[in-house]
Amino acid sequence: MKVAIFIPCYVDQFYPQVGIATLELLEKLGVSVFYPEKQTCCGQPMANSGFEHLATSCNDLFVENFSGYDYIVCPSGSCTLHIKDHLHASANEPAAEKIRSTVMELTEFLTDVLHIKNLTAHFPHKVGLHQSCHGQRGLHLSQMSELVSPGFSKPQHLLNLVQGLELIPLDRTDECCGFGGTFCVAEEAVSVKMGKDRIADHLHHGAEYITGGDMSCLMHLEGILRRQRSTTKVIHIAEILNAG
Amino acid sequence: MEAQQHTASKDHATLADTFNRDEPRVDWHDKTLWFVRQKRDKAAWQIPEWEHLRETASQIKHNVLANLHHYLLSFEQQAQQNGVTVHWAANAEEHNQIVHSIIQKTGITRVVKSKSMLTEECHLNDYLQAQGIDVVDTDLGERIVQLANEPPSHIVLPCIHWKKEEIGELFHKHLGTPEGNSDPQFLTAAARVHLRERFMTSPIAITGVNFAIAETGEVVVCTNEGNADLGVQLSDVHIACMGIEKLIPERKHLGVFLRLLARSATGQPITTYSSHFRKPRPGQHMHIVLVDNGRSERLGSDDFRNALKCIRCGACMNTCPVYRRSGGHSYHYAIAGPIGSILAPALDMKKNADLPFASTLCGSCSNVCPVKIDIHDQLYKWRQVLAKDGYVGSTKKNGMKGMAFVLSHPRIYRISGSVGRWVSRHMPFLVSNSLNPWAKQREMPTAPKQSFGEWYRTNKRKA
Repeated sequence: MKVAIFIPCYVDQFYPQVGIATLELLEKLGVSVFYPEKQTCCGQPMANSGFEHLATSCNDLFVENFSGYDYIVCPSGSCTLHIKDHLHASANEPAAEKIRSTVMELTEFLTDVLHIKNLTAHFPHKVGLHQSCHGQRGLHLSQMSELVSPGFSKPQHLLNLVQGLELIPLDRTDECCGFGGTFCVAEEAVSVKMGKDRIADHLHHGAEYITGGDMSCLMHLEGILRRQRSTTKVIHIAEILNAG
Repeated sequence: MEAQQHTASKDHATLADTFNRDEPRVDWHDKTLWFVRQKRDKAAWQIPEWEHLRETASQIKHNVLANLHHYLLSFEQQAQQNGVTVHWAANAEEHNQIVHSIIQKTGITRVVKSKSMLTEECHLNDYLQAQGIDVVDTDLGERIVQLANEPPSHIVLPCIHWKKEEIGELFHKHLGTPEGNSDPQFLTAAARVHLRERFMTSPIAITGVNFAIAETGEVVVCTNEGNADLGVQLSDVHIACMGIEKLIPERKHLGVFLRLLARSATGQPITTYSSHFRKPRPGQHMHIVLVDNGRSERLGSDDFRNALKCIRCGACMNTCPVYRRSGGHSYHYAIAGPIGSILAPALDMKKNADLPFASTLCGSCSNVCPVKIDIHDQLYKWRQVLAKDGYVGSTKKNGMKGMAFVLSHPRIYRISGSVGRWVSRHMPFLVSNSLNPWAKQREMPTAPKQSFGEWYRTNKRKA
C-alpha cells in the first residue's frame, strides 16, 4: 500500500507538530508514508472566496504531486473535502479523478482502511471533540444532528481507544465554530461570536483540551482561548492518537 | 419602509457587526431560534421515515420544476373553470400593478393581508400605500413589524427579533394598551380586538399561497392564526398571490408537504389551519396572481434551479449559526438566512453580492431542508459566479491572484514560508493589515521555528 500524506499549507507553516504526529502515527501503525515535498495547498482559500478559476495551476501542481499513490491521507477534513469535490486537471483529468476518489481524511483512513481497534495512546485529560463541519457533513465522518439516522462517529471511536481520555458531552454536538475560511475575517463579529459560544459549551462541560480533525477551526478557537487567557488548550486529534 | 431603506446600503458583515454590539441580545436571539431548531428535531424524530419523506418531497418538486409549463397551464385551466380570474405577472412591478388594479376597480381602500413572502419580495405594501390603499397585515408577527415600520426578520417568525417588553411598548404607542404591560396573552387579546375591527371593515383580502394544486386549481394556505380564513370569508374580493414555483401536481401530494412544513418550521405536527381555497362563494370574486419575477430564469440554470423547491419553512434560518447571531435584517432582503442568500443574488447580483459570503458553508441548512435543496453548495457556486462577473472587490481579487501564484510554485512557497511565514501575511484568513480583523478579538497563531516541510527535510528525508 503506497500512502502519501498531504499536509495543508497552514499546518505546514503554523502547526508542524500536527504533520509530525500524523506521520509518526501512521508509521507506528505500520504504514510506510511518502511526503511529496513539492506540495503546497489544496486551493480552497481561493475557491471558497469565489476564485476557483484562479486555482488551475495550484490544482495541476496537486495532481503532479499526488499521482501514483493508493491513498492520500490528510489531517484535515476541510482540505480533503475540497480535493474530493473540486480537484480537476485540464491536462490529466483521469489522474485528478483517481486522487478525488483516494484522498482520505486521517480518521476515516484509520477506521475504514486500517480498521483500527486498538491504540497504545495515553492521554489522561478531559477532552471536548469539536466536529468540524466539512469533515462531518461533507465527508460524513460522523452522524449529523439534523438527520433522522443512527448515530456513529469515526473520530469518537478513535478517541475512545485512548487510555485515560475522558470525552466530555456538549450541549450542541455539531455546531459550526465560525472559522469558515475568509469568513473569519470578512464576518469578524459573527465568526468570533460563534467561536466564543463553541468554547463556552466546551468550558461549561470542563474541557481541558478541545480536539478535532481540522487545525483551521482549532486555530480560530485557540486565538479566542488565548485572548481569554483560558487554560484550556486546543490539540489536533492526530496529536492525541499519537500521544504516549 | 424605513428599516429597509436604512439597511439597503450596508452589507451583511456591517449589519451583523452592529447586531453583535449587544451580546446578551445576540445570546437571546440565538437561544430562541435554537429552541425552535430543537423542536424541529424532536418532531422529525417522531417520524421514522423522515428522511424518506424529505426525499419524496424533493422528487415531487423535481417533477414540478421539470414540467412547470404543463402544470401551470393545467392549474390555470382548472382555476378558471372554478370561476377564478387568473393573472400572470412577469415581475414584481407587474404583480403590484395587477393587485392595485383589482383593488382600484372596487373603489375600496381598506385591505387585509395574511402572510405572504411573495408580497414582501415584491414590496407590495409600500406600493399600495403609495397609491392610497390602507393595507393591514393580519398575521400577529407581521402586524407587529408593520406597526414598527420594519420588514420581517424571519419568514415564519417575522418578529422573532422583538422581545415581549418591546412589543408591550409598541402596542402602548399604537394600540393604546396600558404602559408597562407585556403579558403575551394580554397583548395578543389587544391585537385581536384591533385586527377584528379591520377584518370587519375590509372587503378585500390578500393572501399568500403555500401550495397550488395543478389537478384541481385550488390554493392551500397554512396559518396558525386562522387569519387568512377570516379575511377571505369576510371579504367580497380574495386576491391570492403566488410565485409560479408553488405548484404541486395533485392533491394526493399535499400530505407529503403538510407533514414536512410545520415540523420543519416550528416543530408542530401540522399548522393549525390548512385552508383550501378553490372557488369564490356566490357573489365573491377570487383572483390568483401568478408571479415569475426571475423564477423562469433560475429554472433554466442547472446550478441554481433547485432553489425553486423551497416551501418557505424557515428551518434553514433556525439552524444557521450565522443567522442566529446576525439577525434577519442583516440579510437586507425579504427572505433572510441561507435560502435568502441563494435567492437574492438571482434578483440583483450587485446589491446582494455579499450574501453568499455570509456563511461558513457548514452545511446544516442543506441537512434540515425538507425538500433537500443543496443550499450550501449553491452558496459556493454563487461565490464563483459573483467573482467571475466582477462583483468581488479588486483588492481581494489581486490578493487571490498573488496567492494562487505562490501556491502553484513550490519553491517560491518554501522560500516565502521560511522568510517570516508567508502564510501569516497572505492567507486570506490571516492577512495582517492596519485593522487586522483576525486579531481584534483573537490572538494570532505563533510561528514555529520550522515548518513541517523543513522538519521533514532535516529529519525524515529518505536518501
